[in-house]
Amino acid sequence: MIAIDKTSQLPDDQRVVMTAVGLTAPNGNNLEEYRANLLAGKSGVQDYEIRYVGKTLAGICDFESTKYQTKKDIRRGTRAGAVGVWAAQEAVARSGLDWANVDRSRVGIYVGVTEHGNVETENEIHSIKAFDYDTQYWSHHHNPRTVANNPAGEIALNMGITGPHYTIGAACAAGNAGIIQGVQMLRLHECDVALAGGVSESIHTFGIFASFKSQGALASHADPCQASRPFDRDRNGIVVSEGSCMYVLERLSDAKARNAPIIAEIVSYAINTDATDFVLPNPERQAQCISMALARGGLAADQIDIVSTHATGTSSGDSQECDALRRAFGNSNRTRFNNTKSFIGHTMGAAGALELAGNLPAFQDRVCHAPINVENLDPDCALNGLVVQEPQELSRVDYILNNSFGMLGINSVLIVRRF
Amino acid sequence: MTPAEIRDEILDILSEIAPDEDLSDLEDAKSFREQMELDSMDFLDIVMELRKRHRVQIPEDEYTNLASMASTVSYLEPKMKDIIKA
Repeated sequence: MIAIDKTSQLPDDQRVVMTAVGLTAPNGNNLEEYRANLLAGKSGVQDYEIRYVGKTLAGICDFESTKYQTKKDIRRGTRAGAVGVWAAQEAVARSGLDWANVDRSRVGIYVGVTEHGNVETENEIHSIKAFDYDTQYWSHHHNPRTVANNPAGEIALNMGITGPHYTIGAACAAGNAGIIQGVQMLRLHECDVALAGGVSESIHTFGIFASFKSQGALASHADPCQASRPFDRDRNGIVVSEGSCMYVLERLSDAKARNAPIIAEIVSYAINTDATDFVLPNPERQAQCISMALARGGLAADQIDIVSTHATGTSSGDSQECDALRRAFGNSNRTRFNNTKSFIGHTMGAAGALELAGNLPAFQDRVCHAPINVENLDPDCALNGLVVQEPQELSRVDYILNNSFGMLGINSVLIVRRF
Repeated sequence: MTPAEIRDEILDILSEIAPDEDLSDLEDAKSFREQMELDSMDFLDIVMELRKRHRVQIPEDEYTNLASMASTVSYLEPKMKDIIKA
């Protein structure tokens, strides 16, 4: 990252702002609907069934899929592509960009993914089972569906974008990583508009459910809406979800020149690695990642108004993150902490981008939404400033810090500022 | 299968691989590509569906027989005459 204490001291062509967001979440298909449901405590988790695993729970998106894609596009592509196209199109439609006259060779697409290709591979193996695993029945669509750039490439195809497109594989830190990539490419002038964020099609792969189940980390509850319960003493794992969230990012100079609506400025970020375990998080490294993002932004911990936590509802992960947050924010009485996975489950590659989006309206309404399902707060998660059950009105919201962590010890932190 | 049954089967496959197309006015003598948005991957879908549904094998150098409905039915007739329509 550019070594300068405060982003506001950078020239406008090095400052990056969010000018629009498009999304589909299990409880909303645009920012207004999503935010209203977060404030109303409405969950998007449902009963779900998938081959081999059977009955389970998931966060499922229900958007008008043929608004931007033909039925043939949907059939030929992937679910990750479909949710990505939806979010990217919605973002551009809301950006005020004169899209017909935008030089699309100068648009970059940066999509975070936790995993990609599992869905299609599982489908094909299931399909050829009926033919005694004879691979001549294996689909010719398999490769274009499973190449790692597929979700970003489908957006490019759908929107006629000829600039760079690729995905960023960063486990469950991918949503933040996609945005960070967009910021970097804008600062390098590799593109003039970045469509950046993350996607998840993970509910369509049985493997992710089965693996979490084998790990003892798959949530279960008689009431689907109560299954995702980060910070609660009775949490028992992750609710797997699909979703997508894509931002239009532009350099401040360009956004000003076209009088664009500015949602927020990205003032800092950091990515680091635990290098200690495949799965278990490392609170020391997480705290370092947060502190690094604060330091790069020239910010003190008590300048952060809201921290959007990553907590997924696993027994160790939530308390480890709280440990990291105490290390980084121990002296801040101002900072409030919340969580969005309790509403929508874990939207994997989209999580970082979606959870940040749910908090962005707080710059205007000054309300910190509260995670649901915290009925008996785990003492290990009793953070000073944790908002639970009821949304909390704050006197002002200037800075939001977004945590997003993933397997293999990847940590990511993004800080945005009210503009 | 009779030629009429083969035609119905091809129509069913086309409706699956090109779900946005109106196939009611499809002219058998005209090429598919003149009447529909079909690319090489779609033609491979036709080949794959015939293989999956009926174990019909179409060698690559014979794909050109799938240009129109008339040529497709004519080409498939000897290959599918012993197949009983389900």
